[in-house]
Amino acid sequence: MTFGQLSRQCLMVAGLFLALPAIADDTGPLAGVPKPRAKANPEFGCVRPEEDMRKHHMQYLLHHRDETLRQGIRTKQFSLAECVNCHITPKPDGQYARFGEKEHFCSSCHTYAAVHIDCFECHRDTPDPEKIQESAMHNPHAGLKLTRKDVAPLSATVGEAR
Amino acid sequence: MDKKTNPTDQARRRFFGQVAAVASLTVAPGIILQQVAHARAPELPASDRQRWGILINTNKCAEGCDACVTACQDEFGWGPDSPNEKHSAPNQKAQWIRKVKLTDKQTGHVQTLPLMCQHCEHPPCVDVCPTGASMKRADGIVLVDKHICIGCRYCMMACPYKARSFVHEELHDQKVNAPRGKGTVEACTLCVQRVDAGRQPACVEACPEQAMIFGDLKDPESAISRELRERGGEQIRADLGLNTGIRYQGL
Ligand code: HEC
Ligand code: HEC
Ligand code: HEC
Repeated sequence: MTFGQLSRQCLMVAGLFLALPAIADDTGPLAGVPKPRAKANPEFGCVRPEEDMRKHHMQYLLHHRDETLRQGIRTKQFSLAECVNCHITPKPDGQYARFGEKEHFCSSCHTYAAVHIDCFECHRDTPDPEKIQESAMHNPHAGLKLTRKDVAPLSATVGEAR
Repeated sequence: MDKKTNPTDQARRRFFGQVAAVASLTVAPGIILQQVAHARAPELPASDRQRWGILINTNKCAEGCDACVTACQDEFGWGPDSPNEKHSAPNQKAQWIRKVKLTDKQTGHVQTLPLMCQHCEHPPCVDVCPTGASMKRADGIVLVDKHICIGCRYCMMACPYKARSFVHEELHDQKVNAPRGKGTVEACTLCVQRVDAGRQPACVEACPEQAMIFGDLKDPESAISRELRERGGEQIRADLGLNTGIRYQGL
């Protein structure tokens, strides 16, 4: 284990204790937000099986971005734009959660696990305005909020990913 | 000829931009669309069997028309309407494509032409890049891989066409097609996301005079190759031997 990995793990453990009170405060989804919708096929809701995505999404994304940018391969499976179109969190004011707000799908775990990503300095963090209708219909994460119940499986995942 | 970033020009460009926007609404583009060959399958990489280029007929390029510039701004979200870039000075702002005006001092003859990344076969920006971010795709499109760009701006210095810009401010609500962010260099991508989908670059599609032909320079039967064969086309600064993918007629 490199020093970087070690210190990241320490951070994660620290993050665990820091994040707990904040998460425990959340009581159910925001008012007026549609309930989470299951994907048509719950067995293959995400672009890969969920547990695989939890562990390996970063590898898929980084691999795909190089393929797309440098070679022009434009499959949709691991497209970041598609993740953002599907994993959206509508807010009561009609806007969508932005990266950095804890409701944003890509912020939720990362804040918790103390992972910093810079992707959304350039990439749009809210769904494609032209695809909002389409994505909202299929969105599995509308109103995603971490509750105490989520903490156990989540920390198990983070441990496993090492 | 590239001193085109002063505030007067910006204002002029905005004005003409509005005129042009109206014009391009009334002139329906789209007839040219069929010329481009079928889109590559998404899982296939770009190949060196193609080399994309644009041929620009400057005689058709109307003075005061800015349709290509505004189309590019719409496509990629840079320019005066970008809600984010409020603090940078005019000469710091992104400029992926610009209209350049040439006046012959002797005769007073005025010509205008759009100038953008010339998509060189031997791009100096790629030579100088210390990280490999500045790159040429197999099909000749010159790009910045912003994922590994460190913002050193050597490429901006190396480019004889001053085609590249640097983002000075934090951005939000970017176009999905066009991830852009502070601290990286950017330039015309020949609308790579459209080309990969078998479409024309936004500027070509928007030109009300149809002064621009987009196509495959390696396919002898493409419209651009035929036109080049029959009527020729020049490179800007051909003396540099860069073999540009953007060619001009009537210079
Ligand atoms: C077609 C819609 C869709 C797309 C596109 C999509 N996902 Fe998912 N994703 C889902 C669904 C459905 C689930 C499982 C249900 C849930 O977690 O609410 C899921 C689950 C996940 C999980 C596990 C979440 C957890 O609760 O532990 C991760 C991580 C994830 N997705 C990442 C990504 C990434 C990264 C991308 C882009 C490469 C992506 N997803 C694209 C629909 C999608
Ligand atoms: C400095 C700006 C910048 C940053 C930061 C950035 N990207 Fe990109 N990214 C781009 C550009 C530009 C493209 C090319 C878009 C195109 O050609 O359609 C791109 C394309 C991609 C693509 C392929 C297109 C798509 O939507 O699937 C993926 C995947 C991707 N980036 C992932 C990432 C990930 C993951 C991160 C964070 C680790 C990241 N990017 C950070 C600028 C950036
Ligand atoms: C289930 C929780 C979870 C969700 C949801 C999630 N991530 Fe992650 N992500 C992680 C963890 C944990 C790591 C750190 C793994 C490690 O360091 O090995 C990580 C790492 C990454 C990395 C690599 C960072 C680095 O510097 O190595 C990228 C890129 C990334 N995630 C992108 C995303 C994007 C984009 C989304 C939203 C579509 C997302 N993630 C959603 C848990 C998650």
